[in-house]
Amino acid sequence: MSDAWPLTEADLLPLSIGAALLGTGGGGNPYIGMLRARELIRKGAVVNVLPLGALPDEAWVGEVGGIGAPVVGIEKIEEGGECYRALRAVEDTLGVRTSALISAEIGGANSIEPVIAAALAGLPVLDGDGMGRAFPEVQMTTFFIYGAEAAPAAIADDKGNVVVFRDVKDMYWLERFARDTSVAMGAGAGLAITPMRADFVRRAAVPETLTQALTIGRTVLDARAKRHDVVDRICRDTGARLFFTGKVTDVRRHLQGGFARGEAQIAGTGEWHGAQARIAIQNENLVLWVDGRAVIMVPDLIVNLDLDTGEPITTEILRYGMRLATIGLPAHDLLKTPEAMAVVGPACFGYPDLTFTPLAA
Amino acid sequence: MIRIGIDVGGTNTDAVLMDGTKVVAGVKAPTSADVMTGVVQALRDVLAASGRQATAVDVVMIGTTHFTNAVVQRRDLAPTACVRLCLPATQSLPPMVDWPPDLRDVLGNHWFLAHGGNEFDGRIISPLDEAELRGIAAQIKARGINSVAISSVFSPVSSEMEKKAGEIMADALPGAHITLSSDIGRIGLLERENAAIMNACLRDLSRHVVEAFRSALKDVGFGGRFYLTQNDGTLMDAAFAERFPVLTFASGPTNSMRGAAFLSGVKDAIVVDIGGTTSDVGSLQKGFPRQATVAVEVGGVRTNFRMPDVFSIGLGGGSLVVDGPGGVAVGPRSVGFRIVTEALIFGGSTLTTSDIIVADGAARLGDPARVSHLDPALIRRARDRIAFLLEDCVERARISAEPLPVIVVGGGSILVEGPIAGLELVLPDHFAVANAVGAAIAQVSGEVDRVYALAEMTREAALNDAKAQATAAAVAAGARADTIEIVDVEDVPLAYLPGNATRVRVKAVGELHV
Repeated sequence: MSDAWPLTEADLLPLSIGAALLGTGGGGNPYIGMLRARELIRKGAVVNVLPLGALPDEAWVGEVGGIGAPVVGIEKIEEGGECYRALRAVEDTLGVRTSALISAEIGGANSIEPVIAAALAGLPVLDGDGMGRAFPEVQMTTFFIYGAEAAPAAIADDKGNVVVFRDVKDMYWLERFARDTSVAMGAGAGLAITPMRADFVRRAAVPETLTQALTIGRTVLDARAKRHDVVDRICRDTGARLFFTGKVTDVRRHLQGGFARGEAQIAGTGEWHGAQARIAIQNENLVLWVDGRAVIMVPDLIVNLDLDTGEPITTEILRYGMRLATIGLPAHDLLKTPEAMAVVGPACFGYPDLTFTPLAA
Repeated sequence: MIRIGIDVGGTNTDAVLMDGTKVVAGVKAPTSADVMTGVVQALRDVLAASGRQATAVDVVMIGTTHFTNAVVQRRDLAPTACVRLCLPATQSLPPMVDWPPDLRDVLGNHWFLAHGGNEFDGRIISPLDEAELRGIAAQIKARGINSVAISSVFSPVSSEMEKKAGEIMADALPGAHITLSSDIGRIGLLERENAAIMNACLRDLSRHVVEAFRSALKDVGFGGRFYLTQNDGTLMDAAFAERFPVLTFASGPTNSMRGAAFLSGVKDAIVVDIGGTTSDVGSLQKGFPRQATVAVEVGGVRTNFRMPDVFSIGLGGGSLVVDGPGGVAVGPRSVGFRIVTEALIFGGSTLTTSDIIVADGAARLGDPARVSHLDPALIRRARDRIAFLLEDCVERARISAEPLPVIVVGGGSILVEGPIAGLELVLPDHFAVANAVGAAIAQVSGEVDRVYALAEMTREAALNDAKAQATAAAVAAGARADTIEIVDVEDVPLAYLPGNATRVRVKAVGELHV
């Protein structure tokens, strides 16, 4: 455990900034989670971060996260113990105790949810996650793509209700049951997936994404402190590339299957003056077209930043008149295999005609 | 149209009289402890300077930084209790959790979590418990608190619980000021609750301030309509302003930035408005203040108003200068309007920034002989500290390396020694009263915020309907139909509601019709 390092109060702000950016427009705002983690750390909780390889093969790793609608997360704030109660329920059902927790989704609010559950359980968290970004559905993790069991899983609400899914055919059924249950619970609940063996997690997790989020957040804070162009620094220091700058001329949204889907039109400015961009949204940014040509598509990361401040813009607050810089980040290779394409490729989001063309790393 | 714009700052009360788009006269008078004397003085002075009669004036617009200053300086704030209807949800983060501790202490950190609140779809989290609320009211009473903010989970979706709890509190606490979060803010519990708590703690002050305006105008013989400016640069009538003082937050900066753009003709710049107590810094884009895209902090507290991206620092012409072992401290405490009696140059005994500037020979103000004894080394260190504070805030407001000009306005402009952060400096005519000009040119708005069922009509038809309603509301509020522009359109689908429901918000603004 020599590579372990404690997450400090000073890490929480950069972590939440980096996690918001990796949320690719969705994933929920990490601000509330940051405050909750801060309250716990101020009361003396210690959460250590371990590299993926730190645990023995046969140790158990728990995976927890919030499930629901992001807008609920900023309004009906957690009672506090939702993910922790769900974790204990899956442990009890499986008859094991976990040695560490891992995030399903580093993008957005679920970057911090495992930290909070770990603080309550007295466990460390692993430096990695199941997406390397945010995705809208439960099955869209590298853990499920590479064979994690769908059951038992457990979901807990603010009121003390805990529902255990004992037998579930596959991860799509889990998504359906968990989604419906979370809606019944008020569209905000804590979900714990079946604990996984550490040797599996080492192979299947997107590595070092907690560190990546921290690095992005620290870059943003450093750029702000030094009055650098934040968008420029993000591109220079974090492997992102600028794909478009412009002004939002229309945002249309509709609901489909409980998810906010929509499209934003952007009129180019600066280097892209005269060009038109279009971004498809399902909670997260899915596809960027420039002058009719698809230039970035899921699972690669499409991130809208405020052109001036570099602040990540979520799809919920995207509105007419905003000036944006749209950047792209390549997804991890674990998300680009044929197995991954079947779960998180463009076709899985309603774009069967698009053939995934990866961004150059 | 003849209009008077007034801006009441912590230190000075400024007034301008405008005939159409022409500034006929602009004056400054010290803000008085009772507000009214200073306002009456400024009104009399501006009428005299312009040679017009009060009866010739069509309308008066007032911008005031009173309420922002009260929060920034932690002054005149009433002890306030927050009652959140939520249990068992939201226990992980109590009210005021992310407030600066000193402000939380001033208000007393009184909070109560009670049963109640709604889910996103209107279901209840738990039933409202009247006995529980009466028990809380008894504790509030026992602590001698007279201001109460009530928040409830998802009250923007259903405000019934807040209203019911408000009635119970009003019954149990006769005469208490009660603010409901659903009257003030949008989705986002902590930010809306923060705004409600700040509104509640300002209600004693607001009654006093609005009443003072009313009698001041009567005193000079003006019997027409008067308005207060709110944070988006538009107007609200006096009765409304008294109930919702928090909506004036950042109206001063909005006014001074719009005034700075109007007076200088420069449309893209950094604007620094140096008053007696604070400096407000923001960036001007195409003549309008840049809107904040994220939560805006007021006095260190997050809110979710749509506000100009302006921040305040505690530096002004009346800021206290204190020499100590750790170096020279400048602000954030200020003598405010008492500068005319407390500053050394005016015969007082408090060392202020204005004393430093006069002692340095950089401005003529008061009696320079009273500061001739000041140590030149202290003067230099204080000026360096002021320059550092100004440079720091200009750099914070800069969002690119592009060398934008800096427009400096406000009565405290004497604090500026030369170019700030190496940028071009613009001092427009009437710079000292830019915020009063901004108030005078404030517009009237009409807003629509309603839910449309898109099963029954197309999105375009819904948007057009909302735009027509917003335009009609602006006209009803006094806007000239031919000047109306739609400035804001937002449509957000509501999750899990049948009929593809979407919430549409449209805002229209126009020039005040007289």
